[in-house]
Amino acid sequence: MYAQMVKSTGQGVTPREEMTPEEQAFQDRIDADEKIEPKDWMPEGYRKTLIRQISQHAHSEIVGQLPEGNWITRAPTLERKAILLAKVQDEAGHGLYLYCAAETLGISRDQMYEQLHSGKAKYSSIFNYPTLTWADMGAVGWLVDGAAIMNQVPLQRTSFGPYSRAMIRICKEESFHQRQGYDIMMKMAFGTEAQKRMAQDALNRFWYPSLMMFGPSDKDSVHSAQSMAWKIKINTNDELRQKFVDQTVPQAEYLGLTIPDPDLKWNEESGHYDFTQPDWNEFFEVLKGNGPCNKERLGARVMAWEEGAWFREGLSAHAEKAAARRAAVAAE
Amino acid sequence: MPSLPDMATPDAAARAQEQAAGQTARPEDTAPEMRAALFEGLLRLGDNTLILGHRVSEWCGHAPVLEEDIALANTALDMIGQTQLWLGLAGEVEGQGRSADDLAYLRDVWDMRNLLLVERPNGDFGATLMRQFLFDAWHLPMLKALMRSSDQRIADIAEKASKEVSYHLERSTDLVVRLGDGTRESHARMQAALDDIWPYTGEMFIGDGHDAHLAEAGIMPTPESLRTEWDAYVDAVLREATLKRPEGDFAHKGGRQGTHTEHLGFILAEMQWLQRAYPGAKW
Repeated sequence: MYAQMVKSTGQGVTPREEMTPEEQAFQDRIDADEKIEPKDWMPEGYRKTLIRQISQHAHSEIVGQLPEGNWITRAPTLERKAILLAKVQDEAGHGLYLYCAAETLGISRDQMYEQLHSGKAKYSSIFNYPTLTWADMGAVGWLVDGAAIMNQVPLQRTSFGPYSRAMIRICKEESFHQRQGYDIMMKMAFGTEAQKRMAQDALNRFWYPSLMMFGPSDKDSVHSAQSMAWKIKINTNDELRQKFVDQTVPQAEYLGLTIPDPDLKWNEESGHYDFTQPDWNEFFEVLKGNGPCNKERLGARVMAWEEGAWFREGLSAHAEKAAARRAAVAAE
Repeated sequence: MPSLPDMATPDAAARAQEQAAGQTARPEDTAPEMRAALFEGLLRLGDNTLILGHRVSEWCGHAPVLEEDIALANTALDMIGQTQLWLGLAGEVEGQGRSADDLAYLRDVWDMRNLLLVERPNGDFGATLMRQFLFDAWHLPMLKALMRSSDQRIADIAEKASKEVSYHLERSTDLVVRLGDGTRESHARMQAALDDIWPYTGEMFIGDGHDAHLAEAGIMPTPESLRTEWDAYVDAVLREATLKRPEGDFAHKGGRQGTHTEHLGFILAEMQWLQRAYPGAKW
């Protein structure tokens, strides 16, 4: 999940009898699975929550370029280099769709950047973990994109039209990324001893951070209840995490890799795997800025923005000059 | 102690020219000689895109606007794709069973044949753009000439690549004009980038014996033949960008014959590390 712990109104779901007629009509449209479009009336809480969620998702795509971009210059073959470049390019493209979707709600991309750079807006905790070996390019595709898809597939049905349409495009590309990641894992897991070691090490390091991507249990969260009523969120964090574990365990077995959880076992009764929860203290520390790479990741984005100011100003100045020249010609 | 030779290395291009000229005497050697020239010519094409693709990809995630991140990744991707084609054909022509990956990942600096221009460090975004523009303005006419190659395999690759490169040139031209004629700062940065990189452009137009062989057979154009078009195009764009073409025609050279700047060793150390550290592994 690229958006974690998105705060809603904090007041829980308003009972129908307390809703204004506008709010009732809005909720009826949501319940009838109609899409809400940017010019439609919407409650302020819906707008704000969506801005938080979509911008957090967009920021995750942008910051997410960095841990993988890290390996483009070291990709081991020309084909792998091309695939990784294409993938990172896709992520930047996802960021672009999502920023555009958020802009329809009345916030500019520059404002969203400002919130990211100041630390006010968050991005997914997973991108604060380092990519240390080539196998991490496999693990990121397999596990991180796998977890993201788990969240994003239901979001294709989300109530806000532009977000839903962005998700449909993004999901197509993400599932391709996941297959590419698994393909790298297969090459590594069935390769030399050193490659197998890299593959297992990558799984060891990315397993729990991937489980954290779904966020802490939110079965009692007022924020999640409201988001679910608005169909901005479709499933609980626990449902998605369980689905991810159930899907991933057999994939790891096929690779001959061991999931780093001694208590992981199939539960006949529930029809799901029992597994150990990630260390939620670590998760909250990462959100606070204490992950292994928080400073580098955000620092890189801030530096790119600040050092690029002259570039953006140059383009704007040229556009103004060109417009003035056109106006002068037209006046003649 | 024997007397040591003069420290000043003779000009690499002139030396290669002499060698190639000395080799033309025996007609029975034409085929292997032509094959060697063709191999060199293909390495020069593939190494340019390999090294520039590497440099451009260093920007991934660090560009000044999101649209530029996308455009740069796309440009790098095109160049890596072209590298696969050129080096793939080079390996085929060489006939020693080397693949495009073998050629990219297992040659050391002295066997690399790219222009010095493309291995220059990225600098600021303006320097990266200026390097790209000066290269694209050469690359497109080069590919257009290669589309008329007597070797169909080369003509086919050039046709595919020229579609991508005409977009690269359109984009880099547009940005050079807008930033040159933008703010005072953007103008100053673009002029500084131009002045800095200019002495690395002349190498694009200096041929050697291999080029002469290839041109005689109608396989590749002589580097000199691309100069007029490049000059005219670059002059026009610089004028529109309100930038001043640097005076002087001093050219650093040697890259096309394997004598590089200090920067290439670091590029290769990074690029080739996995292949070198884990020989024979499949990725």
